[in-house]
Amino acid sequence: MNVDGLCRSLGLNPVAGRKGMERKVNGAYAGDLLSFVMANAARGNVWVTIQAHSNIVAVASLVEIACIIVAAGVEVDGDTLAKANGEGIPILAAEDDIYTLCCKLHDLGV
Amino acid sequence: MSTGDMVKLNYSVNIEDFAKAGDISSNTKKVLKKLGIPSDITRRAAIVTYEAEMNIIIHSSGGEIIVNIDTAKIEIIARDYGPGIPDIDRAMQKGYSTASDHVRELGFGAGMGLPNMKRCSDGFLIESQKGKGTTVTSTIHIHN
Repeated sequence: MNVDGLCRSLGLNPVAGRKGMERKVNGAYAGDLLSFVMANAARGNVWVTIQAHSNIVAVASLVEIACIIVAAGVEVDGDTLAKANGEGIPILAAEDDIYTLCCKLHDLGV
Repeated sequence: MSTGDMVKLNYSVNIEDFAKAGDISSNTKKVLKKLGIPSDITRRAAIVTYEAEMNIIIHSSGGEIIVNIDTAKIEIIARDYGPGIPDIDRAMQKGYSTASDHVRELGFGAGMGLPNMKRCSDGFLIESQKGKGTTVTSTIHIHN
C-alpha cells in the first residue's frame, strides 16, 4: 500500500508533503518521544504521533518515514507544513486518537 | 573517495535554536549519501548527529559539531562550551534526563539521547569538565 491509498482508506486529511503520496508503506510506529522514534521506527513506516512542531519533519526525514499521521485533531504548525512540503514528507491530519488509528492501521494490514 | 581523502564538515550550534534543529544531521546525511556510504551506516551517523545537535541546543551554552569522513570511518565530534555533565554514568542511563518540562512536552528530553548515540557508534567517548564544557566523540566504521 502507498501513502495515498492509506490516506483514502482511513479518510485522513493530507495537509502537507503531497509530493510523497506515492511512497510505499511497510509498517507503523506510534510515539511522541523523538529519540524513541529515531531509535525504533523503520524506513518506510507510518509514524503516528500527537507532536506537530517542525522537528517531527527532521526526525521523519532522518529515518525515512513514509508519512506522519498527526493524531487527535492536533493542529499542525505552519513551519511544520512548510518543512514537510520542502522535504516531500506527507503529513496526514486525523481526528482519531493514537490508539484508534493504530487499530485501524492494523485492520488495513499495515 | 579515494584512500586517504577526507571530508570535513563543521557546524556551529546555537542554544535553544529549535527551529534549525535537524539541519546539521540532515545535511550530514545528504553528504554521506552523495559519498555512497551504505544506508545503514548513514542512518546511524544521522541519528548520532541529530542527538548531538539536540543535546547542545537543549543543555549547553552553544557549541559545534565536526564530522570527519574518510574511507574507513565517520567521526562525529560534538563540543560545547558548558556547563559540563556532573555525573556521566547517570547521564548515560536510559531515561535519565535533566531537560525542562517545556522541552519534554516537545518530545525531547526522553533521556535516550546519549544511549542512542552510543548504540549507533562503534567507538564512543564523553569528556566533560564542570563549567568548561563537554566533548562527545562518536566513531562509526564504514563496512563496504
